Amino acid sequence: MSPSEPATPSLSVPPASGHTLQEAEKGHSLWQDAWHRLRKNRMAVLGGVFILIMGLASLIGPAMVTHGFQEQNLELRESPPSSEHWLGTDKLGRDLLARVLYGGRISLTVGLVATAVSLTIGVLYGTLAGFCGGKVDAVMMRLVDILYALPFTIFVILLMVFFGRDIRLMFLAIGAVEWLTMARIVRGQVLSLRKQEFIEACIALGLPLHRIILRHLAPNVLGPVIVYSTLTIPAVMLLEAFLSFLGLGVQEPMCSWGSLIKEGAEIMEEAPWLLIFPGSLFAMTLFSLNFLGDGLRDALDPRASKD
Amino acid sequence: MSTTGDPFLKIRGLKTHFPIEKGVLVRKTVATVKAVDGIDLDLKRGEILGLVGESGCGKSTLGRTILQLIEPTEGSVHLDGRCLTDLKGAALREARKDFQMIFQDPYASLNPRMTVYDTLAEALLSHQSIPAGERSQRVAEWMNRVGLSPRFIKKYPHEFSGGQRQRIAIARALVVEPKLLVADEAVSALDVSIQAQIINLLARLSKEMNLTMIFISHDLSVVKHIADRIAVMYLGKIVELGTAEDLFDRPRHPYTQALVSAVPIPDPSKERQRQRMLLPGDPPSPMNPPSGCSFHPRCPHASEVCQQASPPWVQENDRLIACSRLDVVPRI
Amino acid sequence: MALLDVTDLKTFFHTRAGVVRAVNGVSFSVEKGETLGIVGESGSGKSVACYSLMGLIPKPPGRIESGKALFEGEDLLQMSEAQLNCIRGRRIAMIFQDPMTSLNPFLRIEDQLIEPLLLHGVTDKATARQQALEMLEKVGIPGASRRIRMYPHEFSGGMRQRVMIAMALITDPDLLIADEPTTALDVTVQAQILELIKEMQQQLNMAVIFISHDLGVVAGFCDRVNVMYSGQIVESGATDVIFAQPSHPYNQALQRSIPALQTKGEELFTIEGQPPDLTRPLNGCAFAARCTHATDACSQSAPHLERIGETHWSACLRVQHQEITLTP
Repeated sequence: MSPSEPATPSLSVPPASGHTLQEAEKGHSLWQDAWHRLRKNRMAVLGGVFILIMGLASLIGPAMVTHGFQEQNLELRESPPSSEHWLGTDKLGRDLLARVLYGGRISLTVGLVATAVSLTIGVLYGTLAGFCGGKVDAVMMRLVDILYALPFTIFVILLMVFFGRDIRLMFLAIGAVEWLTMARIVRGQVLSLRKQEFIEACIALGLPLHRIILRHLAPNVLGPVIVYSTLTIPAVMLLEAFLSFLGLGVQEPMCSWGSLIKEGAEIMEEAPWLLIFPGSLFAMTLFSLNFLGDGLRDALDPRASKD
Repeated sequence: MSTTGDPFLKIRGLKTHFPIEKGVLVRKTVATVKAVDGIDLDLKRGEILGLVGESGCGKSTLGRTILQLIEPTEGSVHLDGRCLTDLKGAALREARKDFQMIFQDPYASLNPRMTVYDTLAEALLSHQSIPAGERSQRVAEWMNRVGLSPRFIKKYPHEFSGGQRQRIAIARALVVEPKLLVADEAVSALDVSIQAQIINLLARLSKEMNLTMIFISHDLSVVKHIADRIAVMYLGKIVELGTAEDLFDRPRHPYTQALVSAVPIPDPSKERQRQRMLLPGDPPSPMNPPSGCSFHPRCPHASEVCQQASPPWVQENDRLIACSRLDVVPRI
Repeated sequence: MALLDVTDLKTFFHTRAGVVRAVNGVSFSVEKGETLGIVGESGSGKSVACYSLMGLIPKPPGRIESGKALFEGEDLLQMSEAQLNCIRGRRIAMIFQDPMTSLNPFLRIEDQLIEPLLLHGVTDKATARQQALEMLEKVGIPGASRRIRMYPHEFSGGMRQRVMIAMALITDPDLLIADEPTTALDVTVQAQILELIKEMQQQLNMAVIFISHDLGVVAGFCDRVNVMYSGQIVESGATDVIFAQPSHPYNQALQRSIPALQTKGEELFTIEGQPPDLTRPLNGCAFAARCTHATDACSQSAPHLERIGETHWSACLRVQHQEITLTP
């Protein structure tokens, strides 16, 4: 059996002479795909919208409410919700609405800043460990294991004792604990990416290490990092609430949702609104962040975009 | 091996062994995976060598070792007179423009977050500087050269088919104008009709650029078509080396004979008539290779001498065969 | 009566990018004890067609739009999940491409082998164990009595495929659907597995549907061949005739693309263009855009399989009207 006709030319596309780059078609990146998928996830969108509203409210809210969050009015203390004070007042007569909004500002800030701290340290550490591999990786990860074993509470208490109750310290303390998990996640991602052939191709091209890490590894690690960050924020906020509950959190007259919940829990029977409002708002924020995080994880799943 | 002057690609005694270590504090080597176990090869400039074998034979490891993507345990690789195994660090990175690789999986070999332009421009700029105005032009030229319309220059890998992605990968490897190209199962993941397109492309570019190419594949018929010579590997060693068509039509080493006999022929009458040579068992693992000739446990012609000593190289015309029992092995 | 009779099967996938017409009007039959090969490249619909028969298509986004699949007189496509479960693994068995992921890594081989027997109430546990051991020996696993209690990861790729075959055949099914069973294996192991399937088929007098993209494998193994392109069967017939007298340009082009049959030194024959977009419905022949024999009429009227010989069908309009004759 031999071909009886001459073979047809093999180029599947005619050589482009007339095509200028002006006519180049736009590409459709994976991020766009992911965004599209996220938009279709109703729970995630609801969560995202709620967070945005909450964030905006805590930012400009305290300035717009008629009462300051520190304003005391001893005559009206522990009064239930009324037209004057929409959410009622606490034991010193302070407007709960203002305090809840201000508390939201503190809680969300702690959440964001501490997560940012943990993210920065975690990503750098994890990428280095994952990429170097071998003994370097082993040593770095054993360090992480050891730090994991340290009891968080004692660590924070020690910090507070030595350096006083500064809110900035809280950012550091929480960030210093959360980065460990981030480092592990990033390291795992980098390890699996390193085996991918496009990284081998970069090495084969002779690209310098910093370029491989910044241009090739980092963007592909970003997915799980984003997801985990979104899920770290609620964890951090809970930690802060825990600290406040122990009395180690923010100091008076500053308040956070955690400290408000603590106060509310103390006089739960006489003034339930002092617990219900901050508590439910906190819970709803946590739910929203979790839905958003779940939605992001599904949207960014690389398997879903493979055809 | 007869050569005129120093061969373009000279490989001597190349070995890549991976130790398997056990122990927590004190690491002890308990076994060695001898992926590549002593390879000698000479290639002329512009020659295409087909490297065939089954899983565990070490052909991929060999390809990566030659390209210094894996550090060899022993041996040397010389390309155009320059010793690659001695290079380290910045010198090695700089030298890499001379030897490039194309990988098997067209999906995994491109960064999914970079457009065609990003990928090709990065490769172009890795070893030369090109003024910003010219870059798109050069990328477009290369896209044309591998048969892709420059219209797609801003597209991402997932928007292309497997064959098109492989073309991008080929362009990336060749924009630096290497002297040596290793294609590691470059067409295995593609449909038959697309395979043909990519093989034609590689053959044409190799001629145009006077490329020396090592074409690794498990598919004998594909290799037979593109390669000048074929080397058959088994458990880290080359067992037979010869001109492509000749080796395929008249295999001499028992393993090569079994390999050729196992390839299905798309001709029903011939398929039904042929007497297939079936090898018992599975391809062994390179972790504990058998003594002497590593093929002897599965070889129909094995004898005592095969178990005791490594087989010598026997030369028959242009053919090299590593077998002690060639007098008994029938000519097919 | 044919063992399996499929009429006008249509399976579409409703995705964000559009409706993918994966199987677009496929009809074929399988007789008792015969081997039918279904050949095509990726996107041809060969796997989806057979998965549809077994009810293994994810719905959503997949949906069997129409068609009948009569297995010994009963329509598989109309059956409930419970009814299908009685047939799957008992009268119709299936083996898949990747031996690495087809076995449950947490169960011993013996437990996986006796599972089909126990599930379908064929025998009791003790007899099942005995049959499992016999089956393992039949498929050529050395030291079967010792290895039957092992886990899948302790077997090599070729061995795992043998175990899969044992699992599929232990209930003595009437039909075996083999989806690219040797594609992931080394060529010497592939040869062994093909011999094994042939032997088992003869012993059990079983029909086999062999799905593959490899014409060479199909040539030596199948009695009849269906060539599929873009969701439809374009040519069908006895194996000898399909290879000796290709009667559809796609089949002709596919055979010409095989490297083994071409002269060295010349460029390999290639089929121009790309496979069609399955989300765009076409009026005419799906292959027309890439066909060297196409005329305007080809893009206008939809072709159907028609008999052109005693055991030979083609869906090429020009061949049907005897306007052209093709050579291998």
